[in-house]
Amino acid sequence: MLRRPFFWIIALVIAAFALAPLIGEDVELRESLLLAAVYVTLASNLNLMLGYTGYINFGSIVFFGLGGYICVFLMSAHGWPLAAAALVAGAAVSLFALLFGHGILRLRGAYFALSTIGINEAVKAFVSNFEPWGGSSGLYLSTEIFTPLGGAMRALWIIYFLMVGVMGLSLYLSYGIKTSKFGLGLMAIGQNEDAAAMLGVPTPLYKAFAYSVSAFLPALAGGLYFFKSAFIQPVDAFDLGLSTEAMVIVMLGGQGTITGATVGAYLYEELRGRLLTSETFSNFQMVISGALLLVIVLFMPGGLMGWIYGRWPRLKRVLE
Amino acid sequence: MTALLDIEGLSKNFGGVRAVQRLSFAVHEREILGLIGPNGAGKSTLFNLINGVFAPDEGRVRFRGIDITGEAPYRVARHGLARTHQIVQPLANMSVLDNCMVGACFGRENLPLARAEVVAREAAVVVGLEDRLSAPAAQLTIAGKKRLELARALAARPMLLLLDEVLAGLNPTEIERMIGTIRSIRERGVAILIIEHVMQAIMGLSDRIVVLNSGQKLAEGAPAEVANDPGVIEAYLGDPALAAALHAGG
Repeated sequence: MLRRPFFWIIALVIAAFALAPLIGEDVELRESLLLAAVYVTLASNLNLMLGYTGYINFGSIVFFGLGGYICVFLMSAHGWPLAAAALVAGAAVSLFALLFGHGILRLRGAYFALSTIGINEAVKAFVSNFEPWGGSSGLYLSTEIFTPLGGAMRALWIIYFLMVGVMGLSLYLSYGIKTSKFGLGLMAIGQNEDAAAMLGVPTPLYKAFAYSVSAFLPALAGGLYFFKSAFIQPVDAFDLGLSTEAMVIVMLGGQGTITGATVGAYLYEELRGRLLTSETFSNFQMVISGALLLVIVLFMPGGLMGWIYGRWPRLKRVLE
Repeated sequence: MTALLDIEGLSKNFGGVRAVQRLSFAVHEREILGLIGPNGAGKSTLFNLINGVFAPDEGRVRFRGIDITGEAPYRVARHGLARTHQIVQPLANMSVLDNCMVGACFGRENLPLARAEVVAREAAVVVGLEDRLSAPAAQLTIAGKKRLELARALAARPMLLLLDEVLAGLNPTEIERMIGTIRSIRERGVAILIIEHVMQAIMGLSDRIVVLNSGQKLAEGAPAEVANDPGVIEAYLGDPALAAALHAGG
């Protein structure tokens, strides 16, 4: 793996993310890159289902939100340190995905997509009424929570580097799976599930596994994200809008490609940043992303990378 | 000879349609067994019952002495039973090599990726696709896709291969080439159960023939015996006298 150029390309991307805001301690750049890292994490993990396995997970944000809740809850109610709370949140959400995935992955196509939305909405409704988690008003962390990390200013930098770390793990996870036997099986399922099963791919197990694995890092990211805001409530945690944005990113970049998910996330974050500065329209990026999704599906089903591979087929060997 | 595949009293109904009725026969090691019958006789359903796409209503399927009745297709594949499809099912956006590697990775030997690539390349050579390894499967001609079906199945290193109309839609030259390929696969020690409508080909290829009609076994035996069976002729042509006349007329 170390001999492959793409391994080093990922390392470069991570280094660029980590170093860029350090130059001149640019806090504004750091905040925008933090969001980009969240997008890359959500998109590349969504890509494991959408791009590799061919299952449209519309409600992938449930992993992010649930991870956030578990992490914030463990910290606020039980005084856990961040690392332990985030890791337990990741593991718990993965387990949750494994259990639910086993059920809903019997459905295919639009039915599966709808059931993922259903899960997100059900969890949201549950949490909104779950008193230990503060119901619809959510959970707060006191500002003292940043003290162990050396105060709020330092904590924000630490959270940023952790988030870049989670993003890096997401990229290596995507790459590792893509170049593995497991990945080959997932790709076969994505192309033709029945044919894959007849060739011996254990489809129920592989699908549930992919769904569960794709939950882990978004849950970690959710933990970090909501720890940073020191506040979590159901509308923010289980926001289908963010799910949709992750889908747009994957489609924009090119389904099944790691480069596509990363570049797509970065481009989308830039675009969003520009649109949000407009006073007239709040959330105008959602209008644009809707239109973008339509254009991609109609005219560029392979996304950015599909177009690039079409023009320069040799790049396929370098840019996964 | 020991039975590799043993079908015993297999039945399957779809609503009111009796697709397969109390069917029994066996495939022996290294044998090519031809399965023929008019359209709707239940041939493809039988394949689906054997490799677990459908669970039978009654009866047993034993493979290498193990009862595999109703097991999921991916489990059946692991036992060393591979199949091709009448309507080709390529993994369209994946390369020919990757298609074959799926077969090798998840087949009988459950190979790791690196070993699977070697086996996949060998399988591609057997069917004559070695020049198209990096082409997406979608770009192959219909004959090429049929060969890919065969290569993928072969890469699984099966003990028994179920071939569902691999000759359909091929021109005479391609048919001849494919028959050569099938023979060479048998030479490698693989038993073959083959459904085919190209009569001349299947009569020449098979050691034995089983004839199905309306889901039941009509006849079983050497190709020459079966071809002269009045019941078989009637099933195919509807009228023994007409068949005799045609036969006499050449």
